Amino acid sequence: MRPILMKGHERPLTFLKYNREGDLLFSCAKDHNPTVWFADNGERLGTYRGHNGAVWCCDVSRDSMRLITGSADQTVKLWNVQSGIPLFTFNFDSPARSVDFSVGDKLAVITTDPFMGVTSAIHVKRIASDPANQTAESALVIRGPQGRINRAVWGPLNNTIISAGEDSVIRIWDSETGKLLKTSDIEAGHKKAITSLAKSADGSHFLTGSHDKSAKLWDVRTLTLIKTYTTERPVNAVSMSPLLDHVVLGGGQDASAVTTTDHRAGKFEAKFYDKILQEEIGGVKGHFGPINALAFNPDGKSFSSGGEDGYVRLHHFDQDYFHIKI
Amino acid sequence: MASMVDATIEALAANLGIDYLDIDVNSVQLPPGEDVGIPSDDGDLYQEDDLELDTGFGNIIIVDNLPVVPCEKFEKLEGVIRKIYSQIGIIKENGLWMPVDPETQKTLGYCFIEYNTVQEAELAKEKTNTYKLDRSHIFAVSMFQDFDRFMKVPDQWAPPETKPYTPGENLQHWLTDEKARDQFVIRAGSDTEVFWNDARQLKPEPVYRRPFWTESFIQWSPLGTYLATVHRQGAQLWGGASTFNRLMRYAHPQVKLIDFSPAEKYLVTYSSHEPSNPRDPQRVVINIFDARMGKLMRDFKGSADDFTLGGTGGVTGVSWPIFRWGGGKDDKYFARMGKNVISVYETETFSLVDKKSLKVENVVDFSWSPTDPILSLYVPELGGGNQPARVTLVQIPGKEELRQKNLFSVSDCKMFWQSNGDYLAVKVDRYTKTKKSTYTGFELFRIKERDIPIEVLELDNKNDKIIAFAWEPKGHRFAVIHGDNPRPDISFYTMKSGNNTVRVSKLTTIKGKQANALFWSPGGKYIILAGLKNLNGQLEFYNVDELETMAATEHFMATDVEWDPTGRYVATVVSSVHHEMENGFNIWSFSGKLLYRILKDHFFQFSWRPRPPSFLSAEKEEEVAKNLKKYSKKYEAEDQDVSLQLSEQDREKRKMLKDEWDKWVSKWRQLHEKEKLERQKLRDGEVSDEEEEYEAKEVEVEELLDVSEEVLTDD
Repeated sequence: MRPILMKGHERPLTFLKYNREGDLLFSCAKDHNPTVWFADNGERLGTYRGHNGAVWCCDVSRDSMRLITGSADQTVKLWNVQSGIPLFTFNFDSPARSVDFSVGDKLAVITTDPFMGVTSAIHVKRIASDPANQTAESALVIRGPQGRINRAVWGPLNNTIISAGEDSVIRIWDSETGKLLKTSDIEAGHKKAITSLAKSADGSHFLTGSHDKSAKLWDVRTLTLIKTYTTERPVNAVSMSPLLDHVVLGGGQDASAVTTTDHRAGKFEAKFYDKILQEEIGGVKGHFGPINALAFNPDGKSFSSGGEDGYVRLHHFDQDYFHIKI
Repeated sequence: MASMVDATIEALAANLGIDYLDIDVNSVQLPPGEDVGIPSDDGDLYQEDDLELDTGFGNIIIVDNLPVVPCEKFEKLEGVIRKIYSQIGIIKENGLWMPVDPETQKTLGYCFIEYNTVQEAELAKEKTNTYKLDRSHIFAVSMFQDFDRFMKVPDQWAPPETKPYTPGENLQHWLTDEKARDQFVIRAGSDTEVFWNDARQLKPEPVYRRPFWTESFIQWSPLGTYLATVHRQGAQLWGGASTFNRLMRYAHPQVKLIDFSPAEKYLVTYSSHEPSNPRDPQRVVINIFDARMGKLMRDFKGSADDFTLGGTGGVTGVSWPIFRWGGGKDDKYFARMGKNVISVYETETFSLVDKKSLKVENVVDFSWSPTDPILSLYVPELGGGNQPARVTLVQIPGKEELRQKNLFSVSDCKMFWQSNGDYLAVKVDRYTKTKKSTYTGFELFRIKERDIPIEVLELDNKNDKIIAFAWEPKGHRFAVIHGDNPRPDISFYTMKSGNNTVRVSKLTTIKGKQANALFWSPGGKYIILAGLKNLNGQLEFYNVDELETMAATEHFMATDVEWDPTGRYVATVVSSVHHEMENGFNIWSFSGKLLYRILKDHFFQFSWRPRPPSFLSAEKEEEVAKNLKKYSKKYEAEDQDVSLQLSEQDREKRKMLKDEWDKWVSKWRQLHEKEKLERQKLRDGEVSDEEEEYEAKEVEVEELLDVSEEVLTDD
């Protein structure tokens, strides 16, 4: 079907997130306003105003009541999804890069960038059920990895935290003690910065995308490498279909080199791979800049992509898609 | 060693009745000059001194094989020698000494010449060794300092040790491949790899891989027997039956370029050295080796200016190859262009044919017929148009002029030989009457016909610019890209029209194609019209027999197109020389079907391994072509087997992967089940994470939307 082109952001997209029911799509961009859209027709519902810098990441609670956003203005904000009112602001001493609610939405993991001599860190915050009782206090702070930590998410039963970033290593931490439990195998692992990380619907495995032009599938508990998908471009965004055994990779050449070549040279395609056979199925073209964000609707019948070009493209799959055989 | 010496001393001492342990060795003094036959340990030092003395004579040469003359002719001979050798350098005062036999008062047939510098002496040796004064006196020039070396040659001839014959490997083993595949070599990053092109399996099969195999590039020999690698110290050849072993090394420091003779008997290596004084010209060294023996057959040294005439290409200022090989498949002649001369050498003696170069005033370009010892020369217009430009065909070794054509108001000429040497096309750019612009025509020579008739061909639109020209290999057709970028036209012509009229005629013109290069299949008939580099890699596979397009496709940003030697497959390459993105190569069938695609970062070079020409006669080949159906049956059956096998393998592999995946999934599901209760607890008892809920909620969502609309109207 014809994709729906959602124009609302004025700067490159950074992150996309569907709520659990799949009726709302939250988008973050380098302009300061996270936006919520109807996931069905692409209509804009509203924006969340209050940040004063690029917004890098967001997450929405299971009941679709709370939104958490991490921004380069060194804050993480909690929002009322419905009213758009900011409920609480966590202040940090460096830009916040990623946020993720735990199972049960009582905890959030936040990563902050290295900035002005401050090293990167992973923070765990308690999220109070009543915003009036919310405190800024961290339950846990983990420091250690070199360079930016581009993504940190919760492992099964909130027992672990999985982080990945510029040093191209994936780490699993104990979420109680902050102890490092596992690191990815150097041989099997990525060779360049990891840009994105997406968990499967049941949280049993996750996919990482890297500048080394590949994406890798890992077991969430053992950190065993299961699959590798190789492409021709640095990977900026990854996503997995909750319905079929498909993975999508998005990316393109470095944004800095885009203007120097033909638009076709960039390969700004969202590429579909068979998750099991690791073979390319097809691609969805359209963006005229690298793809920075990808997300599947939880029903697996549509997906959206956000590009350096500032657009969100919402694709509802044709019927043929569900019968692809390779 | 020490104990052995001790033992002999002990024995000697016992013999003489001396207890040698009593003797204080240090008290013994040998008479001066006596070493009792034992060379002193300090000997090395003395020898070094000798060497230094030797270099003092480096500027002296000995010229042997002079005529033996009585004293009345002495003066005359001395004059001749002085004349020859003072051209090369300054002979020292009293530097020419021709000894005379005191008994017969005749000269001894040799002389000594002392130059001011070592370089002059070396140059003199270089230039006049084997100089023919007359039939019976061919100079043998050697350096004075080599004299000792020559004296050491034992008078008695000792038969060389006969080594038992060890049969060499079959260097053409790759041709016996059962599946009749071709090999290619690629260079990407620091690795150099050789593969089989296994088109049936749709992938390359590795043969040999070696990191840092070469320091600059690699090159197959023209018949594919050897692979040459280029290093700082020289070049090396590799080959063998099953793998690649080093066969030979050719020392040539700082070698930059190499070239094989067409029958790969000889290897030419080239280097140029920056002079210490930037005003001096670069020094150029060219060596010609026997490829199999590794023996240096001839070397040429000189300043870069001596070698930089003619066209462009290759290393800056040098048109490579400097020495162009000709004379068919037996590597008999090679030639180079100098100022107003073409120097043709023969490989029997590695000296000039007829001892002298071919004088051609102002020659700017020459080329050999690919099959016959025929040279074509181009001389531009002289004297402001008074003397017309001309293209001349010259037969070697007789140097007879076979044909000449004068051309008027010419700005440039390019010569294109057809691969069998049947035709020569000369592309002539002429000035228009106003001299402001040029237009192009072709002069077509029919070499194999009596008197070499020439035809003039002009394009339908004379003002069209010619972008590319290519003969059909072994055929009688040619293709021309003409017109204006970015959408020029492509025309095909044939030298053989029907009903036996010998006239060139046009077959067809394809209008408006994005193409800038032509690549004929080595077997003819098929051609790729390619728009390389800035035309984004447009490819059109065209059948010239049927005059129809077989496939139009693209390999984005392709920089090179290479047919395999059989004309069955084509490789298109994006090399990192032009840009750093999407480096790698595609392999296509001759008809334009993409077979497989390999991506490699920092991809530098792709090269098919050439094949020697077929042993089948032309008639036999025709017969095979006629009965192709019969012959191909066997291969078709094989193809089918392979594809069956392939799909079988594929299915198995897929099944394995699926099974493996299912194992993961079941494990995960189990763990997921196990953790279900705990997850519920984390969610304050909220049940489950099942998917069925979604559909029900989707309906709710729509209701919600309606509700919000009502809210708006309420406002």
